[in-house]
Amino acid sequence: MSKKIITPVASLAHILPEDYRALVEKGPHGKSVGIKDLGSFKEITEEHPHCAGCGVSLGVRLALAALPAPEDTLVVGTPGCSFFALSQTAVNYSNTAFGNQNSVASGLKRMLSIRYPDKDKDVVVMAGDGGIADIGLDMTLHSWFRGEKISTIMLDNEVYGNTGGQESGMSPEGQVLHMAPKGKNFKKIPVFEMARTAGCVYGAKVTIASPKRLGMAVNRAILLARELGPTYVQIYTPCPTNMKFSPADTLRIAKEAGKAHYAFEEFMTEEAALRIAAMEGGLEKEPE
Amino acid sequence: MCSEKQKNRDTITELLHGLRNKAFITGSEAVAEAVKRANVDMAIAYPITPQSESMHLVGELFAKGYIRDYYRAENEFAVMAAVHGAALGGGRVFTATSGPGTLRAMEMFPVWAGARQPIVCAFMCRGVSLPPSIQPENIEMGMLLDTGMLMLHAENGQDFFDMILQAYLIAEQPDVHLPVGVFADGFFVTHTREEMRLPPEDCCLPPYDPGFAPVPVFDMETPPMRITRDPLLNKSNFISGNANASWHQEVLAAAERARKHIAQYMGGLLEVENPGAKIFIAASGTAVSQSREALRMMQAEGMDAGLIKIKSIRPFPGSELCKALEAADLVVVPEFNAGGWLAREIRAAIDRNHRVIGAPRVFGGMTMPPWLIVEEVKKALGAGQSRGGC
Repeated sequence: MSKKIITPVASLAHILPEDYRALVEKGPHGKSVGIKDLGSFKEITEEHPHCAGCGVSLGVRLALAALPAPEDTLVVGTPGCSFFALSQTAVNYSNTAFGNQNSVASGLKRMLSIRYPDKDKDVVVMAGDGGIADIGLDMTLHSWFRGEKISTIMLDNEVYGNTGGQESGMSPEGQVLHMAPKGKNFKKIPVFEMARTAGCVYGAKVTIASPKRLGMAVNRAILLARELGPTYVQIYTPCPTNMKFSPADTLRIAKEAGKAHYAFEEFMTEEAALRIAAMEGGLEKEPE
Repeated sequence: MCSEKQKNRDTITELLHGLRNKAFITGSEAVAEAVKRANVDMAIAYPITPQSESMHLVGELFAKGYIRDYYRAENEFAVMAAVHGAALGGGRVFTATSGPGTLRAMEMFPVWAGARQPIVCAFMCRGVSLPPSIQPENIEMGMLLDTGMLMLHAENGQDFFDMILQAYLIAEQPDVHLPVGVFADGFFVTHTREEMRLPPEDCCLPPYDPGFAPVPVFDMETPPMRITRDPLLNKSNFISGNANASWHQEVLAAAERARKHIAQYMGGLLEVENPGAKIFIAASGTAVSQSREALRMMQAEGMDAGLIKIKSIRPFPGSELCKALEAADLVVVPEFNAGGWLAREIRAAIDRNHRVIGAPRVFGGMTMPPWLIVEEVKKALGAGQSRGGC
């Protein structure tokens, strides 16, 4: 997207909302900004109706701040909590039927490649664990099998949040939740491992308590998807409302998970490692 | 995509009304012949009987360079979702399915309509389980009546060919911009070889221009960039309820606006043979062909009978039917399904609807010999139409 597209004509600029003008003047479009620059630019997310202390909203905010080219990014999502922040975002966002996000993204990416053969249009799936690992798992996996050049970002709050706290395939074993009154009786679905097997060229598992790492993973995933194939980032975004902890404890919970079942992990193909080395000037010591 | 041989001249008139050459092909081949001339950017397939052959042939068109992208997806819901994604991206798309595939993909059809996408999908109608059936019947059409899609029903292979091209022309009008389902009764049309007339191969539709869409293209090149291409999902509040309702009303209004384009490109929503007759057979799809034979039999016996071929099911030709049936005493509606959706539609559209006999109905692969239709007419005349409304 050219900056011209969003720049208002001078005679109309004064009637546009302040947040729009700020986005044009101080937004991330066409600039090389990321997580480390938060606070110095106008973010593409806006106010949202998520619960206090929501891990998903922070996950969305951080992931969007890490987009390498927001001006050419299209986000495809699915119903659920992630919708609330994503629909208030200054990128094109599509959300249709529950679970179909990787199919929609496949069609969209291919059509944009036809229409804009000389541009990188980053099609990013950003959706919850229910959409990616349960109802849409077949479409998630098949988009990876086919080698679609899209990035899939799971906002994993380990629960169906928007419908009121039901068990998800990503909930921890033993967790008592709605629809699992005696506790979940099977393990968390190993989507991260499945991504590697199914053909993702890069994968990362990270929590919202490590923003720089999260930014690095999202950035790598999107840049690698442009050339090499599907990529996957699984972000732990804990839910105070349904997991019954204080909204003030979200980051503490995420940090603890990062030391236990959500320890930072990456995988990449040899080709992806070479691309990262070329992009980043060698594999640096990973950020904290 | 037009091949190198195909030139973008003023081909719309040429395609619809120009010189045509004879071809002896099946309905499935007719679908591919239509897609070959439709300048399609992308097609997505998933096999199901009796649709499969047509989408194989569409795949071959991709291999030959007529289509820019094509792949086999993992199931029909995924196909219809991917087609939705491709249409969001601003190109012309095609797909097809049958019976159980239609039901599996059901959630996506209202999405297409709500997203105002001019997707053309061919439906080669067949039975749905249970008991399992791959045989021809069109019950799925009754299930799609309120999805917001436009629905055209082909009588034969020639219709199937013509209606696919006409569907793109109607769907892509800026004041319509809705998906169109082009329906044909499976096997009867798809697997039957008949003589058709096709325009030259070097003649194809002009490319789709997403700039004429009434909704923003989803490509970050079209303002506003902050768009959410779906109905508002915020918790029930007055504004989101109203926004959703007004959007739905606009989808319905767009379907109404399609009428004039259907008239322009298809010569109307229905065709009437022997207007002013006292007895009418009203049908759509393959039942029309069977009704033609029944009509001949009845006229040979000196009966004052006529035939109404309904080409457009959505929008439905209610006022046209009222006019055509003004002087009729009896309307027999033969159907290839158990539910009798067409008879219901006709009953809801006309006055004195006791005149409508919803029979014969055959399904699960049963045939509909013309005498069966004649028998229903005679039965109704003999019973003084006491079965009307049953």
